[in-house]
Amino acid sequence: MKKIEAIIREEKLDAVKKALEEKSYFGLTVSEVMGRGKQKGISLQWRAGEYRVDLLPKLKLELVVLDEDVDVAIDAIVRNARTGEAGDGKIFVLPVEHSVRVRTGDRDENAI
Amino acid sequence: MSIDTGDTAWVLVSSALVLLMTPGLALFYGGMARRKNLLSTMMMSFAVMGLVGVLWVLWGYSFAFGADEGGLIGGFNFLGLLNVGMDPSDTYATTIPHLVFMAFQGMFAIITVALISGAVVERIKFSALLLFSALWMTVVYSPVAHWVWGSGGWLAGLGALDFAGGAVVHINAGVSALALVMLLGKRKGFPGHVMEANNIPLVALGAGLLWFGWFGFNAGSALAANGLAANAFVATNLSAATAGFTWMVISWLHNRPSLLGTVTGAVAGLVAITPAAGFVTPLAAIPIGIIVSVACYYAIVLMKNKLGFDDSLDVFAVHGVGGIWGALATGIFASSAIGGKPGLIEGNAAQVLTQLIGIVAVGAFAFIATLIIGKLVDVTIGLRVGQDEEMVGLDLSQHGERAYGGLLR
Repeated sequence: MKKIEAIIREEKLDAVKKALEEKSYFGLTVSEVMGRGKQKGISLQWRAGEYRVDLLPKLKLELVVLDEDVDVAIDAIVRNARTGEAGDGKIFVLPVEHSVRVRTGDRDENAI
Repeated sequence: MSIDTGDTAWVLVSSALVLLMTPGLALFYGGMARRKNLLSTMMMSFAVMGLVGVLWVLWGYSFAFGADEGGLIGGFNFLGLLNVGMDPSDTYATTIPHLVFMAFQGMFAIITVALISGAVVERIKFSALLLFSALWMTVVYSPVAHWVWGSGGWLAGLGALDFAGGAVVHINAGVSALALVMLLGKRKGFPGHVMEANNIPLVALGAGLLWFGWFGFNAGSALAANGLAANAFVATNLSAATAGFTWMVISWLHNRPSLLGTVTGAVAGLVAITPAAGFVTPLAAIPIGIIVSVACYYAIVLMKNKLGFDDSLDVFAVHGVGGIWGALATGIFASSAIGGKPGLIEGNAAQVLTQLIGIVAVGAFAFIATLIIGKLVDVTIGLRVGQDEEMVGLDLSQHGERAYGGLLR
């Protein structure tokens, strides 16, 4: 099992979700996060003058998939989250030791 | 004189309108603070409503409007509402109950003291703010109100024009704010560290309440339901509208049209028209409003961005500078057809000089007296919170509350 952590643009969530669903990856967790990368920051205004904000709002998707499904899921995310501009985000893949479904107590492959 | 019911009704309503400005100020200031200081910033305004609301009745009113002592301060004859009752005063606002005049004036004292707090939010100790506020109302606000509005006050005798408090409220609070900032120092991390407004919608709502209440402030200062009140009402709205729009254009030229800038401009416009509203024609509010936004915008750039004063919510740049421009503008645009006093444009250049004397006198007194009072508070109970308290935020460290609930909801 692998956990896919994808940092994406807020406005790309619907497209990514839909694409994952079509590949029948239904379960995922989404959180609002702030971060920075090559996109750097943006400038905002105070009453007079500007200030720079270097952490920008993004969404973080987390989903756990079987090892053989990783490439399909990554591909669905990349194709639907990309604009080609800096700030499209990152994907990280991590190994998962166990998963447990709280309702039934099912474990691992039966619980993703 | 006998009571006029129309006048009484209007000034009663105006008093309530002016009171509403202080909760408005709490929102206006609170929204601009950081999230961890939202409540403490609002608390400063609400606490002053309590503190000055009481002290004004006990002695503040008497020291401002009691029997004249050398043109400088009122005497003891109105202490604790002594001689202040349901009948009109024979000196002030003679067509409304004396109690109504006292209450109306009290609302001005409350908001003036609360205005200062914006400069020192996010690091002043709450108890120090309370002690400072009590002393400042007594030693600065009441005497200055007497100079300008009291019967026998020396600036009034000189012919200085201040319809609704350009000097008494705005120059007084703005300059005092700057003096207090000099004593208190910068917030930890200023400048450099981004200190972002936590909620600009609150700022806009606060500005809306200020604008609404300001009709009581300025049109109520006619102390009668008459043509002068109407003049002040229209001039007030026109100045706020012009100045808000002007600030929007300035921010647009620099970047994009900013809401925070627009509402700040509206407040600056209200400040500038305050001394003038009953002396100038409504149309004079347009140049007054344009110039105040330009002046205050660049005052912020100069004071904060260039000189590095951490006047956190720009009290001097908006109220001090706006009040100074308003006082000068009153001398320039005063029309004898409105308030019976000619200004520069009608050939009376001396009025500008008189206005200047008022600005310097009030500014210098407020500055020096605030330095002394502030120092006194500093050496007795300490002005500033500890570093840890500042870092965790004043909401938690001073009040044991937070604006937004935690994870569990």
